[in-house]
Amino acid sequence: MASKRTGTKPRTKVTAETLSKKQREISVSEFFAKNRHLLGFDSLRKALLTTVKEAVDNSLDACEEADVLPEIWVRIDPGEQDKRYLVTIRDNGPGIVPKQIPNIFGKLLYGSKFHSMKQSRGQQGIGISAAAMYGQLTTGKPFSVTSRTGPRKKALSMQVLIDTNTNKPKTLNEQELPDWSLDHGTEICLELEAQYMKGRQSVDEFLYQVAVANPHAQIHYRNPNGETAFYPRTLSENPEPPREIKPHPHGVELGVLMKMLQSTRQPTVTSFLSSDFSRVSPQLASAIVKRAGLKPRSRPKTIVRSEADALYKAINHPDTRILAPPTNCLSPIGMQELLSGLTRGVQAEFYTVETRKPAVYRGNPFQVEVGIAWGGDLPADDLARVLRFANRVPLLHQAGACAISKAVNEVSWKSYGVQKAKGALPTGPLVIFVHLASVWVPFSSESKEAVADYDEIRKEIKLAIQQCGRRLGQYVKRKVRARNEQKRREIFNLYIEEVVQASEAIVGRELPDFRANLLSLARQKTELAELLDEVQAKPAEGEELGEQENVLIVDPDGEDDGEADFSAAARPSGVASQSMLELS
Amino acid sequence: MATRKRSTRAGRVDAESNGTPADGEDVAVPKKRRARKPTAKSLERQAKKLENERIKTQRIPARLDIDAKIGRLVPHAVEMAEKQVDPFVDIPVRALSNVNFSPRKKIIEMGDATQRRSLLNMNQARKFMQTFVVARGCQQLQAEGKTTSIRDLYYMSKHTLGDSDENTFDDQVESDPIIEDLEVTLGALREELHLFAAKRGSVVGPMTLIDAGDEIDLSRMGSGGWSVPGIVEPETIRFIGHEAEFILLVEKEAVWARLNEDKFWKRHKCILVTGQGQPPRGVRRLLYRMVNELDLPLYVFVDNDPWGYYIHSVVKQGSINLAFESQRMAIPNARFIGLSAFDPEKFGISPSVSIKLNDQDRGRAKELLAYEWFQDRKWQREIKHMLRAGVKWELEALSNKGLSFVTEEYLPEKIRSNDVI
Repeated sequence: MASKRTGTKPRTKVTAETLSKKQREISVSEFFAKNRHLLGFDSLRKALLTTVKEAVDNSLDACEEADVLPEIWVRIDPGEQDKRYLVTIRDNGPGIVPKQIPNIFGKLLYGSKFHSMKQSRGQQGIGISAAAMYGQLTTGKPFSVTSRTGPRKKALSMQVLIDTNTNKPKTLNEQELPDWSLDHGTEICLELEAQYMKGRQSVDEFLYQVAVANPHAQIHYRNPNGETAFYPRTLSENPEPPREIKPHPHGVELGVLMKMLQSTRQPTVTSFLSSDFSRVSPQLASAIVKRAGLKPRSRPKTIVRSEADALYKAINHPDTRILAPPTNCLSPIGMQELLSGLTRGVQAEFYTVETRKPAVYRGNPFQVEVGIAWGGDLPADDLARVLRFANRVPLLHQAGACAISKAVNEVSWKSYGVQKAKGALPTGPLVIFVHLASVWVPFSSESKEAVADYDEIRKEIKLAIQQCGRRLGQYVKRKVRARNEQKRREIFNLYIEEVVQASEAIVGRELPDFRANLLSLARQKTELAELLDEVQAKPAEGEELGEQENVLIVDPDGEDDGEADFSAAARPSGVASQSMLELS
Repeated sequence: MATRKRSTRAGRVDAESNGTPADGEDVAVPKKRRARKPTAKSLERQAKKLENERIKTQRIPARLDIDAKIGRLVPHAVEMAEKQVDPFVDIPVRALSNVNFSPRKKIIEMGDATQRRSLLNMNQARKFMQTFVVARGCQQLQAEGKTTSIRDLYYMSKHTLGDSDENTFDDQVESDPIIEDLEVTLGALREELHLFAAKRGSVVGPMTLIDAGDEIDLSRMGSGGWSVPGIVEPETIRFIGHEAEFILLVEKEAVWARLNEDKFWKRHKCILVTGQGQPPRGVRRLLYRMVNELDLPLYVFVDNDPWGYYIHSVVKQGSINLAFESQRMAIPNARFIGLSAFDPEKFGISPSVSIKLNDQDRGRAKELLAYEWFQDRKWQREIKHMLRAGVKWELEALSNKGLSFVTEEYLPEKIRSNDVI
């Protein structure tokens, strides 16, 4: 040890100056390259899914914003080398002006959604550019974008390469395409290192779930094995576009508040509060400023940290009463639409849905929707399948950490006639669909895989599941009753025959009257029991299951029609094959 | 035998034609009345009409012979069906709730509570059907004059119902309790039904008896002993002579074998019996007959644990399940000779061969403490001492002091000092 120490070179003295030579700006792209797991690129399999997911999210958002009924083509081809895939996603959206193409796809943290308080699929402006960057990092190839903004414009195609040091895109090979098949739309094509696998966390599953949650979207898909899926739209109207709202004071943290103070255009603190936030009237603003001990007319830019802190405390003071944020900024799927989506993706016999009224967590409005499908072709002995969605985007990973799964677990399913082992999902022919719509979905990580566990959110989800569960329970119990009835009849007849035969053997002669009497008695008994069941089971006026708008019964025996016509038309076979010739 | 059979048969037909209507008679089936809009209340009222609460139980007279008793089940059901009432059988309850301890007779007796078993009740229909199937099997045995095991009866009666996939019985476990139900319902002994359980239990000793016509010398039975048949009624077993002074019932067969090998019975002039655990009915009935006909005292030698205590209790007072048999099986004079919870101390048995009581043992011991027939001060003291010590002892623990300690020291000392309960 000692010799080693003497052998080392004398250490250079570290000074602030030498350190400062090493200190420089970290490029976002560089940061990404080292932290790809944060954005959902931690494994080859996930990289493929994340790429498709981000592109599809963007396409759907763009179409809805431009009020175009979305139609999306997704195609995955094996790349030239092993473990490389070529992903092509095309939509019929409004297209992108040529100038913005490199920025949108090539620059991290560039987007229209981060700064707006509005419900949308994407949030941060990281997704698609991260995918593009991942592709470039793993294959060294640029990605190509084709876009057309209208029938009178020409489609423009270009290749984009990102400079990872400066976070700046470079365009190559810009060219016009004279005969692009769509009037307007965007296509992105990129090659990346990835792995294609089937299963619960596959691209196939993702697109299937997108189709369930977005009945207005039409999706064509071809996977690298050449198998195709086509999900035709079952609704010909886009959802109500969500409105943009100002942030609610309760949803703002101190740092954000300080940033807003610096960037506001308002001349005074009071007007800043009343015009940059929702639900703050001029009177309330004065009261808050007074409680914070600030001068009402002081300029926002001059507010120092300690004053901002006082302001923050005044906002969150228990005596400061602020109305809950407006909720018209949310765009839920809607009950009829959800039913339609469920019937398109799940072959069951009983469907019920519930859309809760909007609620608020930490100043952010949110709304919960739940759908339950039961019976039919669903496997009866498996665990229930939980489809989780946030702003219509399927969540495929980290089910255990998600508030949705926790809520599903906390519901006492047994009272709805559904088996459930402790700590496990319920067992039975069951699909549980949960959708959380919010201006700002609280994800537990940047890769947007699980909803963070806020009490308010979990409670709302639970309530919605319970509402659906009660209706399911009613239906299941009715089924069980009907089955018992049938069984009762058969068993009585069997037993009567046995008892008559034994009796005849004991007395040594035939007893035809005995048999006839018993059979007639059994008939009377079962009929009475049936009538009694019917009378007791009959819900109050207007609550008959099949007549409720949020329930759909598709009885395979055709006894209960409910809205069978609707469903028959609305439900194509799960995966229809249609080639995607259009895709280049 | 054959003549008796024929005569009872004729009697049965007579009895039956009294109970049932003539075959040709037109039976009026009450018309179904259905209100146009039935309410829950009216339906319940209607359903109640079909119920059988108000119909009195038909008590089957004890005097009838067994064939007639079985025959009585049928006209009763036929009559109820005719009245359009759900047919039922009332079965005496075989449970703790329906037994009484008679302090005077010192035996457990069955109470009067019955359980109604209806044909058209989803929960009872299967058992009702099985009751009739077993009855038919017993009737067949009567008619053929044969006796068989309850396992045989199970196989005789087992078949598939119609074209369903359901069987009359799925397991012997299902048919055995039905047989016991039938015994209590008809007030018939198992041997009267021509049935016996798998035999269990062995006897050796200075005694001679006749078993199915063969003279058996119980002192010349080798190491295995004479095995006790399921039925030991005087028709089959007759006692001829003996030189015994007492009977010793041993719980464990291994200990019985040790006592037999040491010829304990020769030296101490006793009849040595084992029931291999809880003694079966054959052994209990044999003990009863020996005690009452030969006027011998009976000592019970069992493990020191709640189950051992209860074996003694069943021999002495009768069991809850077969309370109706106490009359002819319980031996109120039976003495508990060991192993007592106080013995290990008295005889200096090493604590290393004791076994710790588990929760089940403790629970059972507390149940015993609560039974009316365990209220004797000596028993309370005995059980409480075991609980306090927190250990139980098997009979084999005595071998820790030497193989023949039990024959040469323990039992003689216990008998000499009359250290029994």
